[in-house]
Amino acid sequence: MFEGWNGFKGTRWKERIQVQAFIQDNYRPYEGDESFLEGPTQRTERLMEKLNALMAEEQAKGGVLDIDTETVTSLLNYAPGYLDKEEELIVGLQTDAPLRRGVNPFGGINMTRKACKAYGYTLSDKVEQEFLYRTTHNDGVFRVYNPEIRAARHCGIITGLPDAYGRGRIIGDYRRVALYGIDLLIEEKQKDKLECSNKMLDAEGIRLLEELYQQINFLGKLKEMAALYGYDISKPATNAREAVQWLYFAYLGAIKEQNGAAMSLGRVSTFLDIYIERDMELGILDEKGAQELIDDFVMKLRMARHLRTPEYNELFAGDPMWITEALGGMGEDGRSLVTKNTYRFLNTLYNLGPSAEPNLTVLWSRALPANFKRFAAKVSCDTDAIQYENDDVMRPKFGDDYAIACCVSAMRVGKDMQFFGARANLAKLLLMSLNGGRDEKSGMQVGPVHMPYEGEYLEYDKVTELMDYYRPWLAKTYVNAMNMIHYMHDKYAYDKVQMALHDTQVHRFMAFGVAGLSVVADSLSAIRYAKVRVIRDETGLITDFETEGEFPTYGNDDDRADSMAVEQLRLFMEELKKVPAYRGAEHTLSVLTITSNVVYGKKTGSTPDGRKAGEPFAPGANPMHNREKNGALASLNSVAKLSYDVCKDGISNTFSVVPQALGNDDETRYANLVSIIDGYFQQKAQHINVNVMNRELLIDAMEHPEKYPNLTIRVSGYAVNFHKLSKEQQKEVISRTFHEVL
Amino acid sequence: MEGRIHSLQSMGAVDGPGLRYLVFLQGCPMRCVYCHNPDTWDFSAGEEISSDELVRRALRFRPFFANGGGVTVSGGEALCQGEFVAELFAKLQQNNIHTALDTSGMYLDLSVAERVLNHTDLVLCDIKFAAEAAYLAHSGGSLKRVMEFLSLCEKCSVPVWVRHVVTPGLTDTKEEVEAIIKLAKKCATLEKIELLPFKKLCLTKYQSMGIPFPLEEVPECSKELLESLSDLIPTHLR
Repeated sequence: MFEGWNGFKGTRWKERIQVQAFIQDNYRPYEGDESFLEGPTQRTERLMEKLNALMAEEQAKGGVLDIDTETVTSLLNYAPGYLDKEEELIVGLQTDAPLRRGVNPFGGINMTRKACKAYGYTLSDKVEQEFLYRTTHNDGVFRVYNPEIRAARHCGIITGLPDAYGRGRIIGDYRRVALYGIDLLIEEKQKDKLECSNKMLDAEGIRLLEELYQQINFLGKLKEMAALYGYDISKPATNAREAVQWLYFAYLGAIKEQNGAAMSLGRVSTFLDIYIERDMELGILDEKGAQELIDDFVMKLRMARHLRTPEYNELFAGDPMWITEALGGMGEDGRSLVTKNTYRFLNTLYNLGPSAEPNLTVLWSRALPANFKRFAAKVSCDTDAIQYENDDVMRPKFGDDYAIACCVSAMRVGKDMQFFGARANLAKLLLMSLNGGRDEKSGMQVGPVHMPYEGEYLEYDKVTELMDYYRPWLAKTYVNAMNMIHYMHDKYAYDKVQMALHDTQVHRFMAFGVAGLSVVADSLSAIRYAKVRVIRDETGLITDFETEGEFPTYGNDDDRADSMAVEQLRLFMEELKKVPAYRGAEHTLSVLTITSNVVYGKKTGSTPDGRKAGEPFAPGANPMHNREKNGALASLNSVAKLSYDVCKDGISNTFSVVPQALGNDDETRYANLVSIIDGYFQQKAQHINVNVMNRELLIDAMEHPEKYPNLTIRVSGYAVNFHKLSKEQQKEVISRTFHEVL
Repeated sequence: MEGRIHSLQSMGAVDGPGLRYLVFLQGCPMRCVYCHNPDTWDFSAGEEISSDELVRRALRFRPFFANGGGVTVSGGEALCQGEFVAELFAKLQQNNIHTALDTSGMYLDLSVAERVLNHTDLVLCDIKFAAEAAYLAHSGGSLKRVMEFLSLCEKCSVPVWVRHVVTPGLTDTKEEVEAIIKLAKKCATLEKIELLPFKKLCLTKYQSMGIPFPLEEVPECSKELLESLSDLIPTHLR
């Protein structure tokens, strides 16, 4: 029995590592409103002022404040860093100074070199030398990539493969460090290791043994890292401040070690509430103090950075970390998981100002307390910084202790992990199918050779037959690439800290994605319901189309077009599943593009729906801009038809509405926004980003960025500071449909 | 039966309570100087859609109607297709969908209007001008008939929200708004009075249709003006 467990109820979580049981045995649901919340303390304001100044400087320097090119990032390689050592309640930085970025060449040294160069730095000889004799993840992958994968990657039919940096999307159960302390976690892992070593050992068994060695090793380093800051995290946290600090150290260890695209936080607010409530009962913490802790913690999260190349930013703009925190949701016993601390997390958007990170995600259920729904809607109207995901469709699949990786990807915390990567461009699949496997932009032969489409007008049946021929090829190429990537990542850049905070026997997903869904749906609809004439260049390559007549489009609640989108997802997923995934992973699929819809569009020729070569796709599962004729709810009804059973990795939809279109006054707007989310999710939709703002404001912000320093908007699955987008991406956001019927 | 439809809009949040599925009917006998939708005037334009088909489409949005929402029929002038609206509303009510009628009150036939009201849960009625002469001059209609329609709403026990567009230089005086409030209060089922700001978003529509917009030079109604006039409305009617 540990001192840190005094006053906590239940025994299940003491017998084995089981944070979910601890939460269920101890948390206190909150059904009241937001009136108890406190504003920022003066200390918080002073710290935030400092941070804002640093962030302004970072922006002014082109997005990167400073790089330590001499030190390879890991848990113990930097001296302790502080924003303000005297003032901070929660401590720990990735490097020795705030916003200073480390170099992480384990994923690939090329990327690191390029990133340093892009910001006017040179990777030091010291690091170059160290990595002369080291195989990176990137080296490993390119040793085994075949010509087919290289070609698919080159022409952009598959884009965003994590083959040059960390894979991310793995969420450590960072709460375990607070609840159990490092020593107990090491002890448990040692037991697991011993048990595994006594089994019949095949390659998989031996790999797991070595991984367990690494996990244990890095748990030890995590303890040392905390010691550098003067903390002993070997035992469970004894109060709220320690709980936040222990948990943050665990997360910090993960982001010091890994530069994955998405480094989510998990589901910590209700867990931490238990510690806050205990301290309050003991009379050692008041509401001001509790809010101050959370504000300080969130400030730390806002300071997390990875070093990226400009090409990376073109895909995933705005310097995102996807420090996704899942808030709320319902317990399987029917009690709401909303606590006062859920409110405190949302309140940071007021106390510290709107921000893209952490990526606050409300797990929405019809059964959530009405007060909380209203407050979340208010926060959306005020800050545009939160997203909503449907707990009522995810809970039956994942239980009541899942979190969201990246944007929309659910996993049971500490029990599931995923192998993530890239998107297949379905619009390009259509074009390649017409062109006998050639890329419509370059003419290069990418897929297997086949008779190209013959004839002047496209016939639906002939077109889908050709797609049926190329789809299995695309699926096989994609799964193979992912298998290679994750094999090499496990081998050369294993996520030791994060996996140490998982059960030893984990369930694995392999998370695939698609882009261009609305383009392919509308194109197929055009082929079926209008007349599409092909235009060929001198080499016979189909490079353009002339479409005559009207055709239904996805996004108008018209089954003729919507069913095309539904069907293409089902077909692609079926093909993916036919190719076995590495380590027996379960195949999943997402419809999510982040900001890469701009790049995908750039790499894709003209399409039969009337979209011209190079024009952006719609983001995620959104209908194509300005093709919605029946307004916002019809568009939501269309997206809701996409099956979450098929796309278990998530279906992202971004909804932008002008405030006046939600109602004449604030309370009406909140109530209507609640009705929109309830109505959408009742139809089993999974995700919605909400922006309540005027297009004019964005145009003004583009021209006068200084007037809107913290302007945050939601794009496909995450929030982003508007000014961190490229001009091209800003324009694309502005061109999107804003629902504005008054 | 079939109705002549100008357009459908799946999300309205300012034409009745909650979220509304909006049906804009084609055709209007009025010619209000500030009309926002000149494209709905022509009785022969638009598309014919049956009441059954409209009910089918509206029901697709039922998940969004939880908070008092439903269907609002607007126009054009909805009462000009009274038979159709009565049938549509009856079918919607059979499906437990809240029905709202957005009208100028310029009925063609009082018995048809009564049939509509028998299936109407809420009337949104414009009182455009407080004096008969101004009403005729600036909209081509008759205030007397509007007031008759409001009496009918009262008789049929249908709740009424009175609306009034505040147009600078035309309907923006304290006296005008007070007179509108007075007229509105004659209807015993009055629940609410809403002042709507004059906007010029319709300008491009007029230009593309090649007809002059009479109020082209008039400024839009400011937020401040609207707020100060709204203060005249008794609190319980806001």
